[in-house]
Amino acid sequence: MLRKGFALAALGLALLAGPLFAGQALAATTEAEPKDVHWSFEGPLGKFDKAQVQRGYKVYREVCSSCHSMNLMYYRNLAQKGGPFFDPKYAENPNDSPVVKSLAHDIQIKDIDSDTGDAISRPGMPSDRFANPFPNEPAARASNGGALPPDLSVMAKAREGGPAYVYSILTGYTAPPKGMTVPAGKYYNPYMPGDMSSFMAKGMKVPEGGFISMPPPLVDGKVTFDDGTKSTLQNQARDVAAFLAWAADPKAEERKTFGFGAMIYLLIFSVLLYFSYKRIWKNVAH
Amino acid sequence: MSGHSTYEPKNGFERWLDTRLPLLRFANDTIITFPTPKNLNYWYTFGGILSLMLGMQIVTGIILAMHYVPHVDMAFNSVQRIKRDVNFGWLIQGLHANGASMFFLAVYIHMFRNLYYGSYKAPREVLWILGCVIYLLMIGTAFFGYVLPWGQMSFHGAVVITNLIGAIPIVGHAITTWLWGGFAVDDATLNRFFSLHYLLPFMIAGVVGLHIWALHVPGNNNPTGVNVTSTQDTVPFHPYYTVKDGFAISVFLILYAVFVFYLPDALGDAANYIQANPLVTPQHIVPEWYLLPFYAILRAVPNKLAGVILMFGAIATLFVLPWLDTSKVRSLRYRPTMRWYYFIFFLNCIVLGFCGAHAPDDLVIPGVSGLQLGDANINSFVWLSRIAAAYYFAYFWVITPLMGLTETPLAEPESISTPVLSHPAAMLAGAAASPEKRG
Ligand code: HEC
Ligand code: HEM
Repeated sequence: MLRKGFALAALGLALLAGPLFAGQALAATTEAEPKDVHWSFEGPLGKFDKAQVQRGYKVYREVCSSCHSMNLMYYRNLAQKGGPFFDPKYAENPNDSPVVKSLAHDIQIKDIDSDTGDAISRPGMPSDRFANPFPNEPAARASNGGALPPDLSVMAKAREGGPAYVYSILTGYTAPPKGMTVPAGKYYNPYMPGDMSSFMAKGMKVPEGGFISMPPPLVDGKVTFDDGTKSTLQNQARDVAAFLAWAADPKAEERKTFGFGAMIYLLIFSVLLYFSYKRIWKNVAH
Repeated sequence: MSGHSTYEPKNGFERWLDTRLPLLRFANDTIITFPTPKNLNYWYTFGGILSLMLGMQIVTGIILAMHYVPHVDMAFNSVQRIKRDVNFGWLIQGLHANGASMFFLAVYIHMFRNLYYGSYKAPREVLWILGCVIYLLMIGTAFFGYVLPWGQMSFHGAVVITNLIGAIPIVGHAITTWLWGGFAVDDATLNRFFSLHYLLPFMIAGVVGLHIWALHVPGNNNPTGVNVTSTQDTVPFHPYYTVKDGFAISVFLILYAVFVFYLPDALGDAANYIQANPLVTPQHIVPEWYLLPFYAILRAVPNKLAGVILMFGAIATLFVLPWLDTSKVRSLRYRPTMRWYYFIFFLNCIVLGFCGAHAPDDLVIPGVSGLQLGDANINSFVWLSRIAAAYYFAYFWVITPLMGLTETPLAEPESISTPVLSHPAAMLAGAAASPEKRG
């Protein structure tokens, strides 16, 4: 029995080791833990809240897209299965979705005139990539005091904490504590990784967090939601974070649904194999 | 492959083939009639699990290679495109990325199993060494593979590891430049890593063939460690072990599926979702979980060259283990003292993993300031990794040889069919441990 116990403990430890290490690796940073947010898409059965992701797209388009690109996203993605504007009528070809056609049409896309070779602007199409606000990196930096607004396509996966981190950054701006020298063009945010020790007056407690070069992008009432949702800073931040979570993992729902079937299949298969095993070994003393 | 064959051709074609290329005879003797000890437990199912995982990595890898673009400007996005736009690309990519972790989980269990039951001892030394070669190739493959998505951790991990070669005196830098194909980790490096990542798994497959050949000459060891003495002790591989391995594989697949479908990023690093940028170094550069113990050994000593030598020494030690072990008793079931050193060794490897995940100066017990000892705080991960690395080497180079000479093992069973009598649980009462079996 003791022998079995050890063996099981060993296996358990081995299984636990992986995720633990992954968590441990970043334990030494100084920023505040992201806020606790509840998401509809959490857990093995969680699904995106379509209305929320639609509102989030609106926040992105009206606010964030003036600085941030999303190079992995195409307007057609909004109407594909699992997307915020999915309509089963256009499941075959999301490019036909009238909603997305009109969303894309609102946006000016830089292109080349195929007859003259001149640079032109034309209304967007569902097959276009999300418009990039800047022609190149130096232009992006020049407009942002030297800082580069990162591409947001996989932002919700590129930070510990994911969408909760995005939400916390957007809602976390506070007045800098007494004794902190804030450089021009920087903003204090307790959820941003950083090291404040050299910016504090002598003898002052060093606070969590760091400086971010993004001015607080959201305020109450910044975006008007068509479905009547109150346009508070928190709501805008939560919705845009949900949109970014979907954009970073647009196949999440398909994956979970497929996984559910796969798990049931494997469970039944294992049980059948277990009983076959018991039957075949019935007459062998071992 | 060894011993006499019991294969009888069933029809004209099989007889014809058997005198030309005895393929069916070979298959029959290997996976159908192969006499296998009847007392193998579930720890023995990991060989089958490993074969499946190798196949899984090769099949998913070949499909990924159809869509992947090995170019510094396109690699990152091409992996994302696979997940977004390729039919079932999310599944193939998820199986491959998490498959590597599952492969290592299985190989570690497989290796700890061999240590416990003394399967590396005569007459299975060559089998064990081939296993060590497989493990080395796996590490290489996993390292090259992790570079391919060209995220921040891919790039800076590749920089850290390739720079280790620069620690070799005189020629180090020239070799590093040669390996990079330039003066930095760049497009040429990415291309050759892709090429090697495609090649190594097929070399692994080749060595696995030899490994199984070397298994079938002496036959399996078993949890008692005593030799097979009669046909009483064995059962044919099929159906007995095909069904048992099949059950274990199915259960293992459930664990695998949990990661693929519900925790696809749990074993990865968030920083690898940021495209590689040579100008921005991540706060902590850490390898994947399965390489953390070696990373800890590497950083345990202040001198880079010494660290590299120790890290490779940790793996090289495994190759000579069969000649370090002086005990004639294979299974630790009958070595009550050595068992404890073994369990400590197992925990020690986990501790090394933790050390590898932390920055060396981090405090082990937060809030306790500790003493400065030599170049670092006694409460820092540097010192913990030094202690753990010392135990790692001591286990193989001191404890293993000495224990074999000094410890008094319990009585081994006469044969596999009569093990119940001297199972440790029955022996604990102090039943005569036979001193004549010492050593
Ligand atoms: C005025 C331009 C501007 C707007 C509008 C803007 N951002 Fe930013 N954003 C930036 C810049 C510049 C940075 C880089 C900050 C830095 O590196 O310190 C940034 C960084 C970020 C980051 C990454 C922070 C990190 O951990 O590195 C996130 C997430 C982010 N923005 C989200 C958003 C969202 C969501 C919106 C829309 C609600 C938005 N931004 C609107 C300019 C902008
Ligand atoms: C690709 C990786 C590997 C594959 C596919 C593989 C496959 C197998 C298979 C099918 C068996 C027989 C079944 C079993 O006993 O579990 C086996 C046995 C064995 N393997 Fe491996 N193996 C791999 C890696 C390793 C490594 C890394 C080591 C050690 C460093 C190793 C050492 C051994 C030994 C010593 C045995 C004999 C075990 C016994 O009979 O007790 N193997 N392997």
